[in-house]
Amino acid sequence: MSDPVSFGPDLADVFGPSQTDGGPDLVQLLTPEGERVHHPEFDHDFSAEELRGLYRDMVLTRRIDVEATALQRHGELGIWAQLLGQEAAQIGAGRALRPQDYVFPTYREHGVAYCKGVDPLRLLGLFRGVDQGGWDPNENNFGLYTIVIGAQTLHATGYAMGMQRDGVVGTGDPDRDSAVIAHFGDGASSQGDVNEAFIFAASYNAPVVFFCQNNQWAISEPIERQTRIPLYQRALGFGFPGIRVDGNDVLATYAVTKAALQRAREGNGPSFVEAYTYRMGAHTTTDDPTRYRLNDELEHWKLKDPIERLKVYLRRNGLVDQEFFDDLDAEAKELGHHLREGCKALPDPKPLDQFGYVFSEITDEIAAQRDEFAAYLASFEGSTTTAGGHS
Amino acid sequence: MSNQKITLAKGLNMGLRKAMEDDDKVLLMGEDVGKLGGVFRITDGLQKDFGEDRVIDSPLAESGIVGTAVGMALRGYRPVVEIQFDGFVYPAYDQIVCQVAKYTYRSQGKVKMPIVIRIPFGGGIGAVEHHSESPEAQFAHTPGLKVVACSNPVDGYWMIQQAIAHDDPVIFLEPKRQYHADKAELDESATPEPLFTSRVVRAGSDATVLAYGPTVKTALKCAEAAESEGRSLEVIDLRTLSPLDMAPVYESVRRTGRCVVTHEAHVNLGMGAELAARVTEECFYSLEAPVLRVGAFDTPYPPSRIEEEYLPDLDRVLDAVDRSFAY
Repeated sequence: MSDPVSFGPDLADVFGPSQTDGGPDLVQLLTPEGERVHHPEFDHDFSAEELRGLYRDMVLTRRIDVEATALQRHGELGIWAQLLGQEAAQIGAGRALRPQDYVFPTYREHGVAYCKGVDPLRLLGLFRGVDQGGWDPNENNFGLYTIVIGAQTLHATGYAMGMQRDGVVGTGDPDRDSAVIAHFGDGASSQGDVNEAFIFAASYNAPVVFFCQNNQWAISEPIERQTRIPLYQRALGFGFPGIRVDGNDVLATYAVTKAALQRAREGNGPSFVEAYTYRMGAHTTTDDPTRYRLNDELEHWKLKDPIERLKVYLRRNGLVDQEFFDDLDAEAKELGHHLREGCKALPDPKPLDQFGYVFSEITDEIAAQRDEFAAYLASFEGSTTTAGGHS
Repeated sequence: MSNQKITLAKGLNMGLRKAMEDDDKVLLMGEDVGKLGGVFRITDGLQKDFGEDRVIDSPLAESGIVGTAVGMALRGYRPVVEIQFDGFVYPAYDQIVCQVAKYTYRSQGKVKMPIVIRIPFGGGIGAVEHHSESPEAQFAHTPGLKVVACSNPVDGYWMIQQAIAHDDPVIFLEPKRQYHADKAELDESATPEPLFTSRVVRAGSDATVLAYGPTVKTALKCAEAAESEGRSLEVIDLRTLSPLDMAPVYESVRRTGRCVVTHEAHVNLGMGAELAARVTEECFYSLEAPVLRVGAFDTPYPPSRIEEEYLPDLDRVLDAVDRSFAY
């Protein structure tokens, strides 16, 4: 009362007390202990087959991540962006998609790529340095990995605006109605492009789901450096709903994303899903999280492991037998073999390949540079000196 | 159809209309391009005729405009975006340089980026800061972008259509000072020259003057003035800045032995520097003098009351011609 100037209520009165562990609004269908709970708005009647499928997807996704990390340690990849701990967020979101939906990923959506049918081997090329994205984005409706933080959220919004113009939104035909999902992280939420994407999507009511994996860390910067309010609550200020889901709960992530995508497909516009999760590994294989976070925190999140809780649930309810686990183990091993052998066999690009594809057709200028470089390289043929070696 | 006399603004407007009629995947987007028809009226009447889905008034966010255009292109559209003024392109710079320019390369040719980014550029209109700039070298320096500049109404009509029909991203520079300045006769049944070509716009034998966009008119005036002094200047309208079309330039300089480049952009590391390097490399034994550059000083664009002392004009270009002959 002593302050004569007021801009309105305190943040805490509007948004509630700051939360460090998901908060009361967190949508959850499977607790870390593997207990199935229900939610009045977001729920889904999962069949045993669906549950086993989601478990299998997460195990195989973790295998992709573990294998790629090992390949980096063995010098076969220059770098790898690990997803350890984010399997439920990615599989839940990825399995909620229909074939006609389009994904705009960051560089960490290996699990979503897998759901969209992209051979995980194709993901390795970028990290090995043999290409910058080896898949055709329009073959699986899975865009190229985008390294500039948040840039892809605008591409997603523009793509969704294209869908509106193609008449594939709100027709009532489930095989036709389409939506876009834009992946990004908590760090990207500070980027101008992400905020512009929110504004464009809201303004045009574009069919796009903004799916933020809040894994608590942007390299070394904690979520508190990016925001003073829970991220999902930002959506309201842009004029569309935001929801926070337990990103380590594949069932809840699936149910919430499915609802958000359906909302978009029906023509009801954008929404924001904050998948509350944790980056259990490093930012990339070049990062050292021990410099900026306590081991206690990691241990705390290990208790919420996305795979373990579903395993407990499946076992407790007798939905799986030993044969299931044995088969899955064999499948994971086969996948690992595919990645190890395939990675080493990925061909290096040729020196002259760098001149291709700058444009839809090579220009005379670039062709001249290519030919000059080819002649230069050819001048070393039959010589003991190689290009670049003056000795 | 009888030929009509049109301004550059009208030529661009007619060209955009024709492109939209020819291909329903062509979309226009930008700030105030709809009901208002753009602050320069280049898109006048197009929203009325093609609807709000094809002529899109955007929120005021340049990165958003270009970033969403990337998404539209991925979906199979051919977006033509308007950046309201040259100095406002920088918020979109990241999307242009990191995404628009690199997507085709990143995808190894699987994805095309048929985006046209229209930018009114150059000074001389008495405007406030950020409204008179010439950022072309920043884009010409970026692999993956094509950069063109029109200089007259007829080119405006054809070049905008050619840029839209092209499968690669094109930075399309429009000399805003010329929008409503001069009229020229348009023959819509003519066959235009290819987009990425330079053109001799005045033949001469004593020295070659290279220009593009707003300085083409300056260079032509120089040639007239020089003629009265007994000097014959050949003027080349470069039209394309990336890729450069150097064949007509080399042919000309080998005949004349002298070359002066003029642009409104800063001289330091501007288009003139690249042109001088290439001409020197290819025409070394024909040159009677070094290639000279006449452009803006390496200072920020000044307050408009002294902009005529900043921009290259007839006297400064002729002075450079004199210096060339003094070698």
